[in-house]
Amino acid sequence: MSHIIVHIVLILGLPPLLLGVIGKTKALFAGRVGPPLFQAYYDLAKLFRKGSVFSTTTTWVFRAGPIVGLVTALLAGMLVPLGNHSAPVSFSGDLILFAYLFALGRFFTASAALDTGSAFEGMGAAREVTFSCLAEPALFFGFLVLAKLSGSLSLTGMLDGPFPKGWGVAGASLVLVAASLFIVLLVENSRIPFDDPNTHLELTMIHEVMVLDHSGPSLGMILYGASVKLFVMGALLMRIVAPFESGNAWVDWGLFVAGMLALAMVIGVVESVMARFRLVFVPTFLVAACLLSAFGIVLLLR
Amino acid sequence: MNPLLDLILVAVLLLNFVALGASQLRTVIHAVALQGVLLGATIVVAHSTVTVWVIVMAGAVIALKGVVIPRMLFHAIREVVIRREVDPIIGCIASLLLGGVGTALAVLFSKTLPIAHEHIGSLVVPAALSTVLTGFLILTTRVKAISQVVGYLVLENGIFIFGLLLVEAMPFLVEIGVLLDLFVAIFVMGIIIYQISQEFSTVSTRKLSALKE
Repeated sequence: MSHIIVHIVLILGLPPLLLGVIGKTKALFAGRVGPPLFQAYYDLAKLFRKGSVFSTTTTWVFRAGPIVGLVTALLAGMLVPLGNHSAPVSFSGDLILFAYLFALGRFFTASAALDTGSAFEGMGAAREVTFSCLAEPALFFGFLVLAKLSGSLSLTGMLDGPFPKGWGVAGASLVLVAASLFIVLLVENSRIPFDDPNTHLELTMIHEVMVLDHSGPSLGMILYGASVKLFVMGALLMRIVAPFESGNAWVDWGLFVAGMLALAMVIGVVESVMARFRLVFVPTFLVAACLLSAFGIVLLLR
Repeated sequence: MNPLLDLILVAVLLLNFVALGASQLRTVIHAVALQGVLLGATIVVAHSTVTVWVIVMAGAVIALKGVVIPRMLFHAIREVVIRREVDPIIGCIASLLLGGVGTALAVLFSKTLPIAHEHIGSLVVPAALSTVLTGFLILTTRVKAISQVVGYLVLENGIFIFGLLLVEAMPFLVEIGVLLDLFVAIFVMGIIIYQISQEFSTVSTRKLSALKE
């Protein structure tokens, strides 16, 4: 029971810190001091205190977008095991729910963007759905490898049991899946080199352009939802890359948090050393991610 | 079944995808050079007893495929001033997908081949077939002469991987002879590329199929 509470607290509390760590790492690379580690929390607190302005042309869809985005991300967080601990909710086939919770959130974010009637936001929505429909097969191929390896169809079953052994049995497949999931993580969370979360320039935006009309608590929910999404997908990846088990349940929690912070640093390093890809190259990389996962399956099945 | 050999072959297969998907010629050549170095390493890994000749052979492969030929290609790029494959007959994404399908088919097909008992379950045959396929794909779908030379190199790498099956039986002289052939072929191709670019002020091979200007 106490572990479920820790799980919920981590899902609710930790995600904005990852953004802070990424920001600090980037600042370190650029030789700046950078915003404080807890800047994302301050931003969220500020946004939730503010009032909202809604355009009169928008409908309930526009208001539902951020809420659905946040709730789906949190629900997905309930399905994913954090470190060596099983998820609070787990059943056979929950990996499909996991993938499509994100798809639902994306659908509402894109619909909210279209609801404003702005051509600019429509462009962002079109880009977002194009890229995510290429990222989805990569995610599923990755899940297929894990399911085949563990013989289980739930996220907890896939990531819990066979992992330290899995590296010995099918190390090559797992390297491929991890690489592919890392690409998916960067795309889905609109990080450099696929999208720049800080930019407001027309030609470089994918995700950011869709949320231009949101303000106050809505914008806060979008930022928070995005960080939760980063956290959840990061937890999935960390479990594959670093399946450490110490034996003590509480030490495992510590290891998990340390792992997530390390992942945030890796993302910060990637963002610092790479330039954004031109938009036309993004699909190439996503297809490559799909191929990596698919190749992982081939290696596993031969 | 040799786990280290399989791991190297996985890396070789991934480099195939890099060679298929990258549009920058530099990236493609780097990928093929790295592939050459890995192939040199496979010789050492595949032999059960490592003798001086094995080391010499591996060194020769690495020097030739990893250093000399890539340098010649980089020189050729500098000489004719091209940096990217502008309009391949099949685009990057499509050729990546074709490469993926080819690899899957190679794995399936190699299961049906009557292979000697000790090679069953090893990645050598699928990797060889898929690399040969990748080479064919690059050779046929790219129009720049340099890309085609790279395709030829990848093709040869595939044949080389096939040779790993016979690595214990193949005499040293044969392997060195093949390497020499490859070197001469690339050398001649380098000269031809230069001639093409002198003659037509482009290295696109589309010009070659027209009878008159």
